[in-house]
This record gives sequence, C-alpha cells and structure tokens, in this order.
Amino acid sequence: MRGEAGLRAMQARDWRRRWHNRAATSILSIMAVMAIAPLFFIFVYLFIRGAAGLSWAFFIELPRPVGESGGGVANAITGSAVLLALASAGGIPLGLAAGMKLSERERGPTSQMLRAVIDLMTSVPSIIVGLFAYAFLVVPLGGYSAWAGGAALMIIMLPIVARATEEILNLVPDHVREAGLALGLPRWKVTLMIILPGVKAGLATGVLLAGARVAGETAPLLFTAFSNQFGFRGLDQPIASLPVQIFTLASNPDEISRQMAWTAALSLVFLVFIVNVITRLLLRRK
Amino acid sequence: MGRGSSPPPPPGLGSGPGGSGDSSDPATPEIRSGTSRGDLVYRWVLRGISWSIIALFVGLIVLLVQMSWEAWSHYGLGFVFTNQWNPPLEEFGAAPFLVGTLVTSLLAVLLAAPIGIGTALFLKEVAPTRIAAVLAFLVELLAAIPSVVYGLWGIFVLAPLMREDVQPLLSRWLGPETFFANALGHLFTGLAYPFVLIGSQFGWTDVSLSILSENMQRLSQGLMDGPPMGLGLLTASLVLSIMIMPTITALSREVLATVPDSIREAALGLGATRWEMMKLALLKTGRAGLVGAVLLGVGRAMGETMAVTMVIGNRNEIPTSFMHPAQTMASVLANEYGEASGLHLSSLAAVGLTLLMVSLIINLLARGIIRYLEKKA
Repeated sequence: MRGEAGLRAMQARDWRRRWHNRAATSILSIMAVMAIAPLFFIFVYLFIRGAAGLSWAFFIELPRPVGESGGGVANAITGSAVLLALASAGGIPLGLAAGMKLSERERGPTSQMLRAVIDLMTSVPSIIVGLFAYAFLVVPLGGYSAWAGGAALMIIMLPIVARATEEILNLVPDHVREAGLALGLPRWKVTLMIILPGVKAGLATGVLLAGARVAGETAPLLFTAFSNQFGFRGLDQPIASLPVQIFTLASNPDEISRQMAWTAALSLVFLVFIVNVITRLLLRRK
Repeated sequence: MGRGSSPPPPPGLGSGPGGSGDSSDPATPEIRSGTSRGDLVYRWVLRGISWSIIALFVGLIVLLVQMSWEAWSHYGLGFVFTNQWNPPLEEFGAAPFLVGTLVTSLLAVLLAAPIGIGTALFLKEVAPTRIAAVLAFLVELLAAIPSVVYGLWGIFVLAPLMREDVQPLLSRWLGPETFFANALGHLFTGLAYPFVLIGSQFGWTDVSLSILSENMQRLSQGLMDGPPMGLGLLTASLVLSIMIMPTITALSREVLATVPDSIREAALGLGATRWEMMKLALLKTGRAGLVGAVLLGVGRAMGETMAVTMVIGNRNEIPTSFMHPAQTMASVLANEYGEASGLHLSSLAAVGLTLLMVSLIINLLARGIIRYLEKKA
C-alpha cells in the first residue's frame, strides 16, 4: 500500500518535472523568436520603405536642396568609399601586424601591453574616437577633413582586424611553422610566405567584416569628416558618408528627405549584409 | 615586400647553426634559429608597430585629459555629479547625462539579458543543429546593422508606436495614482527606511518617515508620468536592448560552448530532464562567464551613440519619468560637440573622458571575469 502511494508520488513528481521541462523549452523558443523578430520587422520595413525610392538617379546624382524632389546620394557613396579606403590603408596593415605580434609564441612585455591595449581599444565608444580625431587632426588642420574621418575610422578598424588576425593565426597548427623552420627558413619568411598565404581566406574574412563594421559608423564622423553636398573635393575637405547622410536626411522634416533616408539605409544594410554573407561562404568553403 | 627591407638578401639557409656567421655581423653568432638579418628587421618592425599602437591609445587618453583640463580645474571631480547643464550661462555638470546613460543601459540590459541568454540556450540545446546555424547567422546579421539604421527605425516606426499605443497603456496601468505606483511607493519607502534609520543614528540624515514616504511616493508616481511623446528614455532603452541582444547572445553562446560535454552528459545520465541539465550543467557552471557577457553588453549600450541620439529626445535634465526625454553622455557629445567652444567644449571633453573611463572599467571587469573563468576551466 505504501509502495503504491510512493509510486503515485513519484509519478506526480515525474509529471511535474516533465511539465517544467516542456514549459522551459517553450519559453526558450519564444525568447529565440523574440530575438529574431526585430531583425525581421526592421528588415521588412526597411525593404518596403527603402525600395520605394530606388532608382539609378539615387545612386549617381548629387542631393538637391531640401524639399526638392529627385536627386541622390552619390556624394555620400563616393565619400564612404574614400573614407573606407583611407581607413583600410592604415587599419589593415597595422591591424595585421598587431595580430601577427599577438599570435607569436613568445610573450614579452610588448605583446602583453599590446594585448591589453587592443582589448581596451575594442571597448572605446566610437564617439570618443571622434573626439580624439577632432583634437588631433581637425583642430590642427583648421577644419573638417576626409583625413580626420579616415583616421577615426582607422582607429576603430585596427583592433577588429588585429583580433581577427590573431584568432586566425592561432588556428594554424604548430607543425606548419615547425616544418618551415626545420627547412632552415628564417622566421619572417615562414610567417610571410607560408603561414599568411595559408590563411588568406580567413584574413580576408576578418578584414571584410571590419570594413563592414566601419562602413556603418556614424558617430566618429560627425565632427571629423562632417559632410558636404558636392562629392569628393580633396582629402583636406569635409566629405559626406552614407551613415552621416542618413542621419542628416532623417533629421530633415520633409517627406522627400525621409524617403531618401530609408533608401540610403536600405543600400547601406544591403551592402553590410552582402559582406556578411560572402564572408560566411568564404569560411564555409575552407 | 620583405626582400626590399633587408639590403643584403639573407642567405636562404643562413640561419642554421653553421650558416649564421655573417662576416659583416660583428656580434658573436647566436646559435638559434631566427637571427637572420631579415628576422631582426621583421621583429623590430612588428615591435615598432606595436609600440605605436600603444602610443596611439595612450595619446588618446592624454589628449582627452588635456582637452577636458579646463573643466576639471574649474569644477573639480564633482563635475561628474553636478546636476546642471546650461551652455548659455556657462554652467556645466555631467549628472544628467550620467543618469541618462546608466538608466538606459541598465533598462536595456534588463530586457536584453534574459532574452539573449535564453536564445543562446535555445540555439545550443533545444534547436536542431541546422536551424540553430541559420538562426545564429540571423542574430549575427542583427549585430551587423549599423546604429544609424536602428535610429531611423526608432524614430519613424518605434516612436510613433510608443506614442500611440504603448505609452498611453503604460500610463493607464503604471502611471500616477494607479495601484502599481502606490504599491511601488510603499515598497521604496520600506526599502529605504532602514538606511535612513541607520543614517540618523550617525547624524547623516534627518528625515522623518512621513517625508521619506512622500518623496518615495513622488518618485514612484512619476515613473510613468508625462505626456506620451514617443521619444524618450523608454524608447531609447528599447532600441538599445534590441541592439545589444545579439552581442549578449553571441557571447553567451561562446560561454556555453566552453562547458565540457562530460558535465552535460553526467547530468543527463543521472536522469535529469533537458531543462534540469541546462540549469545544473550550463547555467551554474557558466555563471561567471554569463555575467561577463552581460557586462560586455552593458559596455556596448553605454557607448552607443547614434540610435540613442535619434530617439532619446535630447533634454539636458535628469529625467524623473521613463516617458521623459533625456540625454546620455554619448548623445550630448553627438549633439553639441560640433558647435561648442571654450569651457563648453572642455566640459564636453570631460563628459567624454567620464564615458571612456566608465566603459573601460566595465569592459575590464567583464574581461577579468571571463579570463578568470577560462583559467579555472
């Protein structure tokens, strides 16, 4: 009799545990849906609003005065390209070098300091980088310039590239390095001619993702590159960029500007997504 | 690339013990690999670049200190906690922005952390591998959307929604004179009273219960007070929570991945259900790492600029209601830095330095926790 009561109690507990399990699993699923839902909403809305303003003119024409329909964001597109090129010219080699330094086996004071600094640099808010570039380049040069904007983006790009490079180089098995050294090759040749070419795809991924991240940065450009309405006028002049243009357009009160803001945002997000998908494919092939 | 950097091309096999005696090298030949001329150049180039990156970072901090010096010498460290910001009168203090930053980040993390960790658990333990891979990629995409696009969505989609639907509802249920606000006021009074009592023993505070209760009631009645404007603290926190959720999910996933399968299998082997296994094996073992992940999310939220600037409403006062427009440290910089000069500019730099320090501390803390965990594992 006691056995039967005990059995029943056990069954009840079992039932309760199973029920808890089911409830927890469904709650977790709901949470996952809640996490993905914003992406879905934002993207669908962005697509619907943005696609309405798509035309060739949007990409190849300069902006018209506020309130006038037509025109495009060609200035912002060339501006973003110039800024990205400037940022990459500094950020990629420096980031690669830093990543190579970090992945070395020896742990001297330089590596340790560098590791700490790269860690800290990734956590510097991007607007602070803007403040720095303002004081460092805008004030001495006497005005907003593409140089200052590119430098700000470079500082943001550098630690991302360094981190990615380090991670990828750490994945290279020791025996590859050892095989090279055993042939009597000097270390620099082993690194530059055996290891780096072997992880080309991985490095490309890191660099592309860093570029995509930097391409969407707005805050550090507000008071470094600023903006202009005319397209590229030289590296010592203010220059437009897609993110800053979106911000400016969104602040304008008229419906035409808003439409352009949505279309520009769609283009930017599309660009970023494409890079993400490409890098994903690159990695999968590896 | 390397060939040009070392004038006499290093002999191909010259770094072995036998071949290292370059006649031009006055130093005694070292007997170890990696001492060819090229290696020396390579090593010094890397070292030089490393130190210039370090110098860049130190320079960033030094320059910010220098720029903000005028403000610090004018107001002292109390600048951070002074509640005033009036550019025309040249009165500056960072308290409104400190409060704005802390409140928005904390609220955002309160919303994002459970969902982020829950999603990580779902991806790791519940979803079939294929679906999990696709979902994880989607979450990564969410992290890749630029801040300004979130801001655009925030102004034109979320803010009207908040204004028309959410905020009226909130003020009806949680606003002044509702059961919620009254109860919260009593709760706050109850929580604060012991401290006031202790304080009065030492003569620090001199507040009677009725005054305390009145203040706490005013605080809680005001939390959802104000006209539904759409833009404000609550909207900014919501946008922020959507933005940091992918960060928390990705980091939590990494933490969960470090829990060895053997622990998982041990729990399941003892007859634990899947949920019990998650509680025992994953959440308990990964506790410290998850805290680190959430802290990194807070750090990200604090530095976030554009989306917040676009939806927070930009008012330089300490908000007393979640409906109120406010300002964060990052957003005031974005709004005012371009047109500031003199003490105003210096004060903004001081705000920037404060923001930088807070972010660095939070990130160091988070990384410390994660590293400690890794060392223990």
